[in-house]
Amino acid sequence: MSLELRDLRKKFGPTAALNGLSLSVPRGEFLALLGPSGSGKTTLLRVVAGLEFAESGAIEIDGRSMRDVPARKRGIGLVFQHYALFRHMTVARNVAFGLEVRPRRERPSAAAIRARANELLDLMGIGELAQRYPEQISGGQRQRVALARALAIEPSLLLLDEPFGALDAKVRKNLRIWLRDLHDRMGLTSIFVTHDQNEALEMADRVAVLQAGRIEQVDTPDRLYAEPVNAFVHEFLGESVRLDCVVADGVARFHNIPDVCLPTGCAAGPAIALLRPHEIGLLPGPGPAHVESVHAAGPMPRIRLALAGRIVEVLLPEGAALPMVGQSRGVDLSRARIYSAA
Amino acid sequence: MRLARRSVLPGFGLTLGLTLTWISLIVLLPLAALVLRPWELGISGIWHSLTEPRVLAALRLSFGAAALAAAINVPLGLLIAWVMVRYRFPGRGLADSVIDMPLALPTAVAGISLTALFAPKGWIGALLVPLGIKVAYTPLGVLVALIFVGLPFVVRMLEPVIVDLPADAEEAAATLGATRLQTLWRVVLPALGPTLLAGFGAALARGVGEYGSVIFIAGNMPMVSEIAPLLIVIRLEQLDYAGAAALGVATLVLSFVILLLINRLQRRFARS
Amino acid sequence: MTRLRRGALIALTLVMMTLLLLPLGVIFTQAFARGWGAVLEALTDPEAVDAIRLTLMVAAVSVPLNAICGTAAAWCIGRFQFPGRALLMTLIELPFSVSPVISGLVWVLLFGANGWFGPWLDHHGIRVIFALPGLILATVFVTFPFVARSLIPLMREQGAGEEEAALTLGANGWQTFLRVTLPNIRWALLYGVLLCNARAMGEFGAVAVVSGHIRGQTLTMPLYVEALFNDYDWVGAFSVAALLSLLALVTLGLRFALERRMGSSRRDIV
Repeated sequence: MSLELRDLRKKFGPTAALNGLSLSVPRGEFLALLGPSGSGKTTLLRVVAGLEFAESGAIEIDGRSMRDVPARKRGIGLVFQHYALFRHMTVARNVAFGLEVRPRRERPSAAAIRARANELLDLMGIGELAQRYPEQISGGQRQRVALARALAIEPSLLLLDEPFGALDAKVRKNLRIWLRDLHDRMGLTSIFVTHDQNEALEMADRVAVLQAGRIEQVDTPDRLYAEPVNAFVHEFLGESVRLDCVVADGVARFHNIPDVCLPTGCAAGPAIALLRPHEIGLLPGPGPAHVESVHAAGPMPRIRLALAGRIVEVLLPEGAALPMVGQSRGVDLSRARIYSAA
Repeated sequence: MRLARRSVLPGFGLTLGLTLTWISLIVLLPLAALVLRPWELGISGIWHSLTEPRVLAALRLSFGAAALAAAINVPLGLLIAWVMVRYRFPGRGLADSVIDMPLALPTAVAGISLTALFAPKGWIGALLVPLGIKVAYTPLGVLVALIFVGLPFVVRMLEPVIVDLPADAEEAAATLGATRLQTLWRVVLPALGPTLLAGFGAALARGVGEYGSVIFIAGNMPMVSEIAPLLIVIRLEQLDYAGAAALGVATLVLSFVILLLINRLQRRFARS
Repeated sequence: MTRLRRGALIALTLVMMTLLLLPLGVIFTQAFARGWGAVLEALTDPEAVDAIRLTLMVAAVSVPLNAICGTAAAWCIGRFQFPGRALLMTLIELPFSVSPVISGLVWVLLFGANGWFGPWLDHHGIRVIFALPGLILATVFVTFPFVARSLIPLMREQGAGEEEAALTLGANGWQTFLRVTLPNIRWALLYGVLLCNARAMGEFGAVAVVSGHIRGQTLTMPLYVEALFNDYDWVGAFSVAALLSLLALVTLGLRFALERRMGSSRRDIV
């Protein structure tokens, strides 16, 4: 199924949690909602699930408006950040819940419900936990139970709120691969919320970057990394080196770095140049950068330069000649992306 | 404009409606009758009704005994709470359940048993006779009953605060050369101050209104050992509804004013 | 020195605990002063049986009423944000800060012979004061806060996550309440009902005012204790008192069991 969000707005008191947010998710996609805390990710998820209500805007699933459809009839599977498992029910009963509460006409037989719950638990690889209670199992296992419970109702759309937030690093890594695989095998359409850029970039088909209740950019991970549309996205996704500059007559110039001028389509006025550490080149001759330290451990040597009044980290390509500490060297900033500072 | 922030959970209207209806019928309507009734006497009538010597004596006894009992319960309660939280000893579990005994016993039951205990031939009363102390059927009896019912309030309010008391402050004070007594006086008591006051207030408020556990042991002599709640009952029996209501409102207002003062004191305490 | 002080403090505490236990001792020794036979006789006296029956009846009406309304109050206060919530909470707790005598008095002011609705009721032959309805009303007033008070902190602490999950899984309002909320609050609800019931059966001041002390008709057990005591029938008074004390002890025991079950020192001071 496909999801279409148009111009959603919602306020909590004076602050806008959703500020004119639009997004469309085609069938079968695995989309990550990435943003700092407070950017509206969770609110968006809850609005889509029907647990919160937007003040204006439209939500459509397969072209059908969700405006008057209550949460319990949306058929959306939601995996809560802290799982919200029913603490007084066994794992099996948790998974069976969505089927047991169906109206009598649509409800499968008790045996069928039990079979379906066990099947899902087996699929999650936790069949042996069926008779345990949530407090008797680990965080990673709870996560799988929450997922099985959400999948039991055969949701048209699966929403996951920080699915790995409460887990330790190692469990997290394994679950990522497993979850992505599960999504593909079951032919789901999924949206998951995260504040971890690596998670988003590794798992998702596309990533939507949120800030202050609106989407800054939606793109595939590689394009997002290579062509961020603004400084926020650039800095949020991966290490960034930031230098102030001024744009005039279609070129950007730097205050304390003479001889560097970069052509840009950016509007005239103060601007920001952003680069990834490996995009900065070290020129052979002397120049404005002063080598502060050199760390050659690891595949790519890491150099700290004092440049234009700040300390800048540079990653040199493998096997590059190392500068000496204390040298002054020229820098190649030609791969910088220039964004207007306004 | 909606009353509640829109929520996906159902039942807000139903439960709020039920609650408001119930509170209006069970709490607000009766209290309205209480507050409005005295005015049929007129201001001067209310004044006369409340300044009868017998009323003043009853109010003095009720508030005086309640305040004294609460003041005695503060150190007693502190001692018990401290021992219960800080020490492990045989019988501690049993002792913990005994603390609630005065509240668990129905007040009338507590009342007659205290009377039997302190009557001249009772287990404790007999011991006091040679000393020339009479408890049952005197104002002292009122005090004893109020100490009995008020103690659990102080203990139960203090316990969680003592649990949360950071032990390191005491240890730091000790390493700085403070004696045990200095530590108690300068470190522990200030930290517990607001709670001690709150416990005092709770025990006092309970004591002012207390009826069942007091009337048996009090002897109920007008002007001497007659408590305010009993005087309310007597006025009702004389069909003096307005007078009963006036006295009821007066005790309520007095208690609330005292609690308010304690509350402000507590806040100042907490700030300093 | 430290050990000595510690020992002295503990000893002092134990002495006070013993003093607190003395009334209980008195009740049972006085009741059994003339042996088992006298106790049984006192408890099977027709008037005693009437008192027991009346007490059970009052509790059987007022406790369920307060349990339902208390749960409703806990649901709207513990699960929703709305202006006036704090005020509502204060109103719910109000009966606890009112003297038992006043809790009875207010009903006389409404329904007594000289009360607001007294003449009207009289004209229609309905008796509230000095009758069962008055006893129930006074008891309901006094015991109203227990259930809401034991539920609200728990419901706040648990949050609405599980209810929301139930809704996204397709449950309707009643299913959510019965299958998710109720099981989660059951021990706290039982706790509130337990305290509510103990108070309902043991209440003295409030019912004393509305009862009229008609023997065999409007005497609940605590009022019957008073009547016997004033008649100098100490064995009788203390026998019924012993029965009430047993109820108190059982309640206390269950309370501790429930507190352990709920896993914290969530304790209501009333």
